[in-house]
Amino acid sequence: MRLSGVDHRSGIERGVQMPQIDAPGVPRPVALVSVLLLLGLWWAIAAWLGDPRHAPGPDLVLPRLWEGVVTGTMLPDLGATLGRVVIAFAIAMGIGTALGLLLGVMPALDRWLDPWLTIALNIPALVTIVLCYLWIGLNETAAIAAVAINKIPMVAVMLREGARARDPALGDLARLHQMPALARLRHILLPQLAPHLSAAARAGIALIWKIVLVVEFLGRSNGIGFRIHLDFQMFDIAGVLAHALAFVAIMLAVEWLLLAPLARRANRWRQP
Amino acid sequence: MISLDLRSKAHGRTQVLGPMRIEVAPGEVLGISGPSGIGKSTLLRIVAGLDTRFDGRLDAPAERAMVFQSPTLLPWRSVLDNITIPTQCRPEAARAMLARVGLAGHEAAWPGQLSLGQARRVALARAFVGTPRMLLMDEPFSSLDADRISDLLTLTQDLIAQHRPAVILASHSAAELDALATRRAHLSGRPAHLDYLETRLRAGS
Repeated sequence: MRLSGVDHRSGIERGVQMPQIDAPGVPRPVALVSVLLLLGLWWAIAAWLGDPRHAPGPDLVLPRLWEGVVTGTMLPDLGATLGRVVIAFAIAMGIGTALGLLLGVMPALDRWLDPWLTIALNIPALVTIVLCYLWIGLNETAAIAAVAINKIPMVAVMLREGARARDPALGDLARLHQMPALARLRHILLPQLAPHLSAAARAGIALIWKIVLVVEFLGRSNGIGFRIHLDFQMFDIAGVLAHALAFVAIMLAVEWLLLAPLARRANRWRQP
Repeated sequence: MISLDLRSKAHGRTQVLGPMRIEVAPGEVLGISGPSGIGKSTLLRIVAGLDTRFDGRLDAPAERAMVFQSPTLLPWRSVLDNITIPTQCRPEAARAMLARVGLAGHEAAWPGQLSLGQARRVALARAFVGTPRMLLMDEPFSSLDADRISDLLTLTQDLIAQHRPAVILASHSAAELDALATRRAHLSGRPAHLDYLETRLRAGS
């Protein structure tokens, strides 16, 4: 039953509960200075320790990074890892969103599957990876599947919240006017889910690339994770740091150049 | 013409609405009063075709519109898009209707930039733009100041007189019912039943 006369907000945002999303947006000067300070601190500690083999400073690591990128020796591995991240991300977002929406609109199904989801959320990534390699084999399918499976429960949980927070009145409006399915999706459903999709995407991309590295470390013969495995066996700490930094840089670029602008675009109407 | 012959409506095992008959002719406004939570919204959703899980028979025009308790706008679409997207009307028709409700010049605004009174005007424009043959209004002016309401009531009266849909208005505001209703009924009891009150003709009808 509805209550009347209690809601004195402009009434429009009623029913559409938005999760709080921390939006870093474009890197500001403070962020740049802060990164430079971190580099300086790293350099100072390395210089103070004076043990370049165990604690290489930026003066040893950054040239390795530069060389790997400029001469192109790192590029095939960066490409391989990025490819796996993109494919696993797409699969996890697709399946996770579908599952989350299903659970959000079907409370009966949700009551049954919610415990499964809780279990899935708590299976360590390493276990999924090892099982995938054992069951599917040491191949690309197993690698991608392992990453996607790790990520799907989280996307499903976040999108389930999104589906639950939909404003039922907007659904009534669409049905009343018999809006075509595509128009409903585009103008009613997706905008309501946008904050949840964006939060799931940003949390997801960060999680996925970390798991991809573990997957590569354990069972692939290319990619940044595989290179770090080699560096590990050679006790090449500067190599580990250089490879890791290369991929961190790519992921920051994805966040700042792709995800943050998309989130801003989706939130355009929320201006004061 | 709206014609509902309801035998029963239940939420789960609880019967909410008992047997009742409703007939509303074009241009007529049936005002339904009753306490909060009695089932006015449920009844309106049945007539609107939004709730088909009831026992009975409904005969209602397909050209239908509804003014909801909250303005129910899409906050992520402009005021103009809020008219054209749900109703699939032409932008010129939407512009004309926005001007009619006093919102010319607000086409590009986001709903979040409007006052509640303006948002309710957009909802009215959206309801009338497709010249509906049936209009359902569920507490259409709740949470507004009295002077805002009288403006909106006059506007609604004019729009109804011009387009002549069959209207059901659910409200517990005597002012709204007095101003708009050509016939009155009261919903009460559990399961709720509908009692028609003495026919009172509005001045000019």
